[in-house]
Amino acid sequence: MRAFLGFVRKETLHLLRDRQTLAILILFPVVQVLICGFAVRTDVEDIAIAIVDPTPDIATNQLRERVATSDRFHLVEVVPGTQGLELEFRRGTIRQALVLPRDVERKLGRGDSLPVQLLTDGSDPNTGGIMQGYATAILQRWYRDAVPAGGPLRIEAETRLRYNPTLESAYLFVPGLIAFVLTIMSALMTAISITREKETGTMEMLLVSPIRPRAIVAGKVIPYIVLGFIGVVLVLVAARTVFGVPLQGSLLLLLAESGLYILTALALGIVISTRAPNQRAAMIAALAGLMMPTLLLSGFIFPLDSLPWPLQWLSSVVPARWFLTIVRGVMLKGAGLATLWQETLILIGMTMFLLAMGSRKLAIRLE
Amino acid sequence: MSEPAITARDLTRRFGSFTAVNAITFEVEQGEVFGFLGANGAGKTTAMRMLIGVLQPTSGSATVAGFDIKTQPERVRRRIGYMSQKFSLYEDLTVRENITLYGGIYGVSNQDIATRTGEILTRIGLEHAGNELVRDIPLGWKQQLAFSVALLHRPGVVFLDEPTSGVDPITRRRFWELIYETAAQGTTVLITTHYLDEAEYCRRISIMVDGAIAAMGTPTEVRQAVGAATLDDVFLKLTRPGAAA
Repeated sequence: MRAFLGFVRKETLHLLRDRQTLAILILFPVVQVLICGFAVRTDVEDIAIAIVDPTPDIATNQLRERVATSDRFHLVEVVPGTQGLELEFRRGTIRQALVLPRDVERKLGRGDSLPVQLLTDGSDPNTGGIMQGYATAILQRWYRDAVPAGGPLRIEAETRLRYNPTLESAYLFVPGLIAFVLTIMSALMTAISITREKETGTMEMLLVSPIRPRAIVAGKVIPYIVLGFIGVVLVLVAARTVFGVPLQGSLLLLLAESGLYILTALALGIVISTRAPNQRAAMIAALAGLMMPTLLLSGFIFPLDSLPWPLQWLSSVVPARWFLTIVRGVMLKGAGLATLWQETLILIGMTMFLLAMGSRKLAIRLE
Repeated sequence: MSEPAITARDLTRRFGSFTAVNAITFEVEQGEVFGFLGANGAGKTTAMRMLIGVLQPTSGSATVAGFDIKTQPERVRRRIGYMSQKFSLYEDLTVRENITLYGGIYGVSNQDIATRTGEILTRIGLEHAGNELVRDIPLGWKQQLAFSVALLHRPGVVFLDEPTSGVDPITRRRFWELIYETAAQGTTVLITTHYLDEAEYCRRISIMVDGAIAAMGTPTEVRQAVGAATLDDVFLKLTRPGAAA
């Protein structure tokens, strides 16, 4: 036990003495939150829009007012005809155009159908879809108010987005970032620190000594568990203070699940380190084998539903996918263990499998 | 003092179809300095790795410090010291921290660690540098420090795997003085080397060729048995029969 504590102390010293790496590891979560929050926002604002209104009247004026006063839109111009729109789209001076028919007021009064054309710049499909949604919403509200009461009965869908009512992108990326930060810190750093000892020859000294391989590995990962928790807390604090991301569920549950995921990531790091001959190989393996799936196949960047089925199938072996579901559940929906037990069990299973694999390899290395 | 420190009987290790160590048999007395010589790839390191309990023999048996390496590797590990050809202290820890770490791993009491740290620093002339990072001290001292750390838990047998590669002649000389001091205190030293002049410092040597022991005895005995004037000639004759006169 004293040998083990001495070993943990040694690992902590390694970590504290390497100031640069430590600074990067501490700053990394905060910088990630800020970059994702400010730069990678998927909310669209200030959409440059043109309205084509051949015959302006009271009704179309009301619509124009609504568009002009909305935060989402920036009304560039109101023109009588569609000629010239094409050029403006190409130049980028407008990103959306609302083409109204003639005699809007009269058609509304008679209860006629009102064919409105909505042109959207689709060169960025995600943004295009969002712009279309905003424009449709504003049109519907205007139409509802403009049609005189007592008209023909219509079905109106009152839509409301639960858990993220204003579609803030911060709500989406913060859970993903927690998974990402933990994967980097835990898996990558463990893999590197174990392979470094192989490279310098100190691992051989340790293997010759009476300390058991399992104790070596356990001693190595403890400082990174602490660092991982610090990372989670930093992300949560940054997300809350800067972007106001709420925490609906239990903080304790979130931290416990993060602890579980840290173990999963550490186990991954151990498995990598038993296979990689040196630090460089470990780094490449961790980046290609862990970071990319964590970013692309976890639902962090691309929604899982939009992936082709082979990738969806593949994503189920990516631990971050399950962890992401858990974090989103706890943070945004306030879900408890009662709903998240399946994901939790999957993570526990994966961790045990990886740890067994890692320690089996360690035993074999002793030949 | 009667029981040998190391005994090996037909110790063999194969990697696939390649036989790295082929049925070697030898004994090393307590307090003896025993040299393992051979060209690169002759099987010295493989033999040593079996004796320190990190590599299982394919067949044959061996005891080290009175324990069987096959059935009691844990006990063997507690009673031996080991220094590898790679420098094996932690560069980003101080001299004292390195000593304390290894002391802890080998179960040396805190009190003993404290007194032995003082002894080590005095013996190798590093009193002033105890709190310096190992990275900042000269290579010659690092090597002596690594040797002292390998002896920290007072092992009965110490294994040195090419400990003097890459150090200057003066440091090598100093290193051998340390080895003699250690042997004089009753610790058995098994050392691999490919410096033939160092072989002359050993009480007995064994020359390995292609995994087998080609000659064994005191340096004088080996020279006479092979019929060569110097160990250089012995080595050439054994490793390249027909080439040497």
